[in-house]
Amino acid sequence: MPDFNCNHFELFGLSPGFAIDAEALERAYRSIQSEVHPDRFAHAGEAEQRLSMQWTARVNEAYSTLRRPFERARYLLELQGIHALDPNNTKMPADFLMQQMEWREALAETRAARDFAGLQRMEKDMRIVADNLQGQLAALLDEQRDYVQAAEVLRKYRFMEKLLAEIDAAYEEIE
Amino acid sequence: MALLQIAEPGMSTAPHEHRLAVGIDLGTTNSLVATVRNGISVVINDEHGHSLLPSVVRYRQGGAVTVGYEAQARSSEDPHNTIVSVKRFMGRGLKDLPDLATLPYQFVDAPGMVQLKTVAGVKSPVEVSAEILKVLKVRAEASLGGDLTGAVITVPAYFDDAQRQATKDAAKLAGLNVLRLLNEPTAAAIAYGLDNAAEGVYAVFDLGGGTFDISILKLTCGVFEVLATNGDSALGGDDFDHRIYCWILEQAGLSVLGDHDKRLLLGKAREAKEMLTDQPEAGVTGVLSTGQLVDLKLSGQDFHKMTESLVNKTLLPTRKALRDAGLTPEDVKGVVMVGGSTRMPRIQAAVGEFFGQAPLTNLDPDKVVALGAAMQANVLAGNREGDDWLLLDVVPLSLGIETMGGLTEKIIPRNATIPTARAQEFTTFKDGQTAMAIHVVQGERELVGECRSLARFELRGIPPMVAGAARIRVTFQVDADGLLSVAAREMGSGVEAHIEVKPSYGLSDDEIARMLRDSYDHARSDVEARQLAELKVDGQRLIEATEAALAEDGETLLDASERTAIAALLDAMKQAMQGDDAQSVKRASDALNQGTGEFAARRMDASVKRALKGHKLEELDL
Repeated sequence: MPDFNCNHFELFGLSPGFAIDAEALERAYRSIQSEVHPDRFAHAGEAEQRLSMQWTARVNEAYSTLRRPFERARYLLELQGIHALDPNNTKMPADFLMQQMEWREALAETRAARDFAGLQRMEKDMRIVADNLQGQLAALLDEQRDYVQAAEVLRKYRFMEKLLAEIDAAYEEIE
Repeated sequence: MALLQIAEPGMSTAPHEHRLAVGIDLGTTNSLVATVRNGISVVINDEHGHSLLPSVVRYRQGGAVTVGYEAQARSSEDPHNTIVSVKRFMGRGLKDLPDLATLPYQFVDAPGMVQLKTVAGVKSPVEVSAEILKVLKVRAEASLGGDLTGAVITVPAYFDDAQRQATKDAAKLAGLNVLRLLNEPTAAAIAYGLDNAAEGVYAVFDLGGGTFDISILKLTCGVFEVLATNGDSALGGDDFDHRIYCWILEQAGLSVLGDHDKRLLLGKAREAKEMLTDQPEAGVTGVLSTGQLVDLKLSGQDFHKMTESLVNKTLLPTRKALRDAGLTPEDVKGVVMVGGSTRMPRIQAAVGEFFGQAPLTNLDPDKVVALGAAMQANVLAGNREGDDWLLLDVVPLSLGIETMGGLTEKIIPRNATIPTARAQEFTTFKDGQTAMAIHVVQGERELVGECRSLARFELRGIPPMVAGAARIRVTFQVDADGLLSVAAREMGSGVEAHIEVKPSYGLSDDEIARMLRDSYDHARSDVEARQLAELKVDGQRLIEATEAALAEDGETLLDASERTAIAALLDAMKQAMQGDDAQSVKRASDALNQGTGEFAARRMDASVKRALKGHKLEELDL
């Protein structure tokens, strides 16, 4: 088995943190892929082909985790031993949940009315909220190192991700 | 690490022996084979100078088979035994085929995939496709003057696992060594990207005879990264023909037609569509078997009207793919048109309007996929050194399993880069439950019934526990061909079950072996001889790869005793290769593979470290 002991950041030679040099990540990803990808081993022995496949899958997993802010934050917390999205960890502030319910109702109405412009407005608003949560995550994870608080923000962020996914689904339905 | 060069066994061992590799576009309407000659990708023509091979197979009484133009010419005369557009049946059951009534075949609903009854017996779509591939193989070998090392076969990006597996099986049946299944739009991007030295985001719009794909790719420094793909594996030029056919029936006041007339008018419909590419109107003239004359004129405008909904059907997946990639039409630097159906002016206009730019059509849309596939085959066969490009492709449709209540739990999301492996844990529903049924599905819908069922298998021998206590880890792995395998393991006891996803829509290795025997009418000893030959080719490859690896890294990565151990395994392997016993070749090669596993792992680690070091130096240079 390949050396899977190093974490995703170490794999790409990056220092761990929520703020990330996206270009450096992409460059490192591409240079490792150039070495390990199965296309480089189409003519090699079985053992090398199997390893190449394991390595590539590992590198793809690490890359897809680090490139997405939500997954990156979740992973950083995991490195701290915090499983922020554990199903037993569902407590959310009441006002936040109320707000979510209102947004969901609004989305259902916009969807039913097949209101494309309305959807776009909602998407824009939701993105602003999500971006704001992302900013909070950056401060909590990289500066204050308050992982407990960060976990709560991540849980809020998950609600926003789900809402945005539902907006996507609504677009598909309307089109 | 550069690919190592290995000569054909029995041939010159010169290190720069050019290996014969081809790219094959196995299309709904036409198929092609291409190769790289003197550094340039070219389509291989048949002896009459035709580059296209119509994907038409005719079975005759007694088992004779004709393929291509000759078969096409007889298609309306002998519709039951002349199979056109077989690609639409690959990996498909009877219930997947919505237009059964309009097809002249006698279908047999076999488990997994439909089969077709012909005068030469019942044929699976895999066998029919293999006939097309065999012709292309013979054509290539005659032209290149030797046996092929391997082939890259293209598939629509939106093909699901069952359709991919069926395609790979067809290639095996045709005696081809599949270097890779390659997505058609990605193949086209290679042909375009490398010709035009492009960088940036490109969309590949691929409308073939029976399938539609849209892929969004990012090209950077020789890396082709597919960001998202979407499509419709049952939408293509055939559907446009069918609209014209329905119009003919309506205009001529016809209702129920025999199979002969149906084929005749479908052919006329297609001619009319093609004529409308550069003419304002097209005539439809033909005499039915009843003697009735059909004589109509179809205007470009009427054609537009009757096919507008089909054109729109291509834009929906296009929007979805862009959204999945997180991009807007303005982010796209160029749009590549692929597939004969993109010649339709209305398609070009609609795509141009959507992306706000005229699409690229400077390569022949019928050939571009095969040309790109040949370039990739050349790389995979190891004929290039140094400046290889890299393809990073994706899974077109989410993969998951059925959970309680008939719901789908996605394990690998669509557009995940392949190869990929993901695991998820599940638990038991009842106290004392000792077995778990794993139902593997593919698709985006939440209800299992609305997704494609790929396979079912059972994990047995789970120790009895209270409900919810067992931890069953289900691992999905998708390889570089986009093919899935699934494993399940109970974490406490270590009970395991593993499956190549084949049973419900693919063919087992036994079935393929049987078809091989049937198709070649080989005696059993011939099949065995063939197996031995294949083992020896693989064995030779392994020997040379191991020797090259030893020469490169043996001194630095292995100690003396490790080197001795590998040398002993190598000797045993060479010994076995001298004989004619398939079993001992197999045993020796398994042992060598096993014995070099650790060495291969160290080499891989070292190359990853080198890659990172190189990239840090790169940064310093900036």
